[in-house]
Amino acid sequence: MDAAPLRLVVAGHVDHGKSTLVGRLLADTHALPEGKVEAIRAYCDRNAKPFEYAFLLDALRDERSQGITIESARIHFRSATRRYVILDAPGHIEFLRNMVTGAARADAAILVIDAVEGMRENSRRHGWLLSFLGVPQIVVAVNKMDLVGYDAAVFERIAEECRRFLEQVSVAAAAFVPVSAMRGDNLVRRSETMPWCAGPTLLEVLERFEANVSATGGPFRMPVQDIYRFSRHGDPRRIVAGTVLSGSLSPGDEVVFYPSNKRSFVASLEAFPGPAPERYGAGDAAGFTMTEQIYITRGELAAKAGERPPVVADRFRAEIFWLGRAPLEVGREYLLKIGTARCPMQTERIVRRLDAAVLEVKEGGNAVERNEAAECEVRTARPIAFDVVGVDERTSRFVIVDDFDICGGGVIREAMSGETSHPYRQVMARNYHWAAGRIDRDLRAERHGHRPHLVIVTGAKDAGKKAVARELESRLFAEGRLVFFMGIANLLYGMDADIKDMPGTRDEHMRRLGELANILLEAGHILIVTAIGLTDADRALIERSVPGDQIFVVWIGEEVPGAAGADLCFSAHVAREIAVGRIVEVLRDRGILFS
Amino acid sequence: MSHLDALERTSIHILREAYANFKSLCMLWSIGKDSTVLLWLARKAFFGHVPFPLVHIDTSFKIPEMVEYRDRLTREWRLTMIVGRNEEALKAKRSFPDGTLERIACCRALKTDALTATLAGRGRMIYNHETGRYEPERDPVPFTGVIAGIRADEEGSRSKERYFSPRGPASEWRVGDQPPEFWEQFKTEFAPGTHVRIHPLLDWSEINIWEYIAREKIPTVSLYYNQGNGMRYRSLGCWPCTFPISSMSRTPGEIVEELRSGALSRIAERSGRAQDKDDDGGLETLRREGYM
Repeated sequence: MDAAPLRLVVAGHVDHGKSTLVGRLLADTHALPEGKVEAIRAYCDRNAKPFEYAFLLDALRDERSQGITIESARIHFRSATRRYVILDAPGHIEFLRNMVTGAARADAAILVIDAVEGMRENSRRHGWLLSFLGVPQIVVAVNKMDLVGYDAAVFERIAEECRRFLEQVSVAAAAFVPVSAMRGDNLVRRSETMPWCAGPTLLEVLERFEANVSATGGPFRMPVQDIYRFSRHGDPRRIVAGTVLSGSLSPGDEVVFYPSNKRSFVASLEAFPGPAPERYGAGDAAGFTMTEQIYITRGELAAKAGERPPVVADRFRAEIFWLGRAPLEVGREYLLKIGTARCPMQTERIVRRLDAAVLEVKEGGNAVERNEAAECEVRTARPIAFDVVGVDERTSRFVIVDDFDICGGGVIREAMSGETSHPYRQVMARNYHWAAGRIDRDLRAERHGHRPHLVIVTGAKDAGKKAVARELESRLFAEGRLVFFMGIANLLYGMDADIKDMPGTRDEHMRRLGELANILLEAGHILIVTAIGLTDADRALIERSVPGDQIFVVWIGEEVPGAAGADLCFSAHVAREIAVGRIVEVLRDRGILFS
Repeated sequence: MSHLDALERTSIHILREAYANFKSLCMLWSIGKDSTVLLWLARKAFFGHVPFPLVHIDTSFKIPEMVEYRDRLTREWRLTMIVGRNEEALKAKRSFPDGTLERIACCRALKTDALTATLAGRGRMIYNHETGRYEPERDPVPFTGVIAGIRADEEGSRSKERYFSPRGPASEWRVGDQPPEFWEQFKTEFAPGTHVRIHPLLDWSEINIWEYIAREKIPTVSLYYNQGNGMRYRSLGCWPCTFPISSMSRTPGEIVEELRSGALSRIAERSGRAQDKDDDGGLETLRREGYM
């Protein structure tokens, strides 16, 4: 079978010879179409230009129809023993975001440094980025040795400078190789020009690198991509699907999902066309069914009971690298994606900004500029599950989305104190001890013709909220749905009687409302409640108990600042049939009410 | 983990991400080997099901075996099958085979324009499993996520794609201005009116495709194999612009051998596709406009 190619990126400062090095590697490994080098030489002679291997890349790029091994953004070559593919070939629009895209999936990187100029801005920035992105294998090529008279002292000085820098960013280069890409010294062919160099050639270093390096050890981690139930196709299985990052999973294992803390046992592993393996390990696109029909959704991180659990927190310290056109601003809301979870976030504080080019630290500030790195304190709207860098890299990484695009990446250094607030810890304990029956949510939903949902009708006082809520209940009931309207007074004078008149208990009121709603939702209801002037903070509290995607907010009357983002708004005293008609329409569009 | 296993696992991961993130999702199926591997991977990803419609852009000049094979698999695997055509151009006889258009302009009319219209929800025909016929789709919704089986090594412009590549409101591709993609986080957020092309096979090579077809015993259209006359197709398209090659290979295994060390090891895969040669850079231009 075709072995995996080694995926390479070539990094380094502009004009330090990246393209020349790649051109020469291609020529010396005979990866070029016949006659190509000669043709470029002839072209250079005719135009009185000095021949450069870098021209090869440009020339190859123009040969689209040749298309044997050459692509414009990826370049292939092979040694006697294996294939290589250079991702984001140098010279191809040199945007940092392309280099980041290539480097993040590379097995190895060549960092090219000019022997005349030494370490420059992008030598350092790229070195830092290779470390940040987690490129597992790095070799440094000190290039243009011909221009410094193949002087061992120059090489030693630059290698030492580079080694010290890489140490600071926690990278150990596999080797430092003195080369002249222009003349082909020590790339593929060992050169007599540097008899003092006893080390390997660049290609020899590359040959020792491993393709598809992946850490397999550590506890089981699998971000849940989805829960599949294709009952329309006559398939009753309810399958939790995801890609295993580390550890392994077998039938009978107890799985715990974070941040919800819900748990169940693995009933079976699933695969198509089958039979399923006896265990799923790191890297596998896995699927399993559970013994208990707990309700979990995409975004949870699956771990195993008895192994080190991930951290759950809504505040943490992270190192962030920013690529966005607009700067990353303190206090602004962005979307964070970690594993398969997505969650609103904001940067509370910039601890220090790091100019990756000089590793110079600048204190504080209110924004992180493009191509800048920073240590930040981040708060997420909900608790998220992660591991910290140094313990488990892959589950410590997140990206930040601004205006529909990924604009930055980060690694979590540590959870911050007060990490998981008290109410959420209660929810986690509740979930951990939750005893589920045999009937899962999907079965209930099929019977009732809808998914469970909490509909909150809110807005100004006396705007007609209750009239709409009651009308909605009648309409849904008439359609045969399992629906219940609950006035807030029912709660206040009953379950909340003990704290009704106590000051400072709004949070506890919300928590109780959320927990009651959670039980009714588990039972399959559409629960309709009314509340005066629901705020963002109230909604966040309810969302601790009830997942946000099961809450529908209808606002009646004039909207006020700080009001919870409403799914639908109506003016005060809207005709209730009109409001209800519209609510039902939207619930149907969202797939909450089945047709 | 073997290289094929690693490729398979990444593709499945991408398919599942696409399904989780795009409410209105479809998969382009050209009937060729790549998109058929993709279809197989979808069945693996979703445990035997294909939970989104397949879209075939039918230029009306496809080789007849391709259409037969498409409808057979549609029935056997109970696929939701949507077919789109540029009926207007076909009625007006605007095409290369009709002698009224150059090859590239014909691709633009019958493929790019048809694809753009189909994705937007115009002129879709859907297979009715009860009657066994195609009929106009009721209430078509524009697709916001489009899975395509392109590979980076096929031709130059495709190597610049991301796994999740954004397309503008008119399906255009701003190749020089793509967001970064790293740590298996993809572009799953998009502005209204735009859509995202999803490419689970980006890292596969032609050899990988055939090794996988052989390993998984994936049913593929017979045109790829020498039926005894020493000819077979290496790449499939419309009959006026696709030509068979001389080859004795009768099985996927023999094709792998032929590609690795035999007569084809130094010849481009799409050498039998005439539109690639008509216009240097023509395919990249087409891709920027929304071509597959």
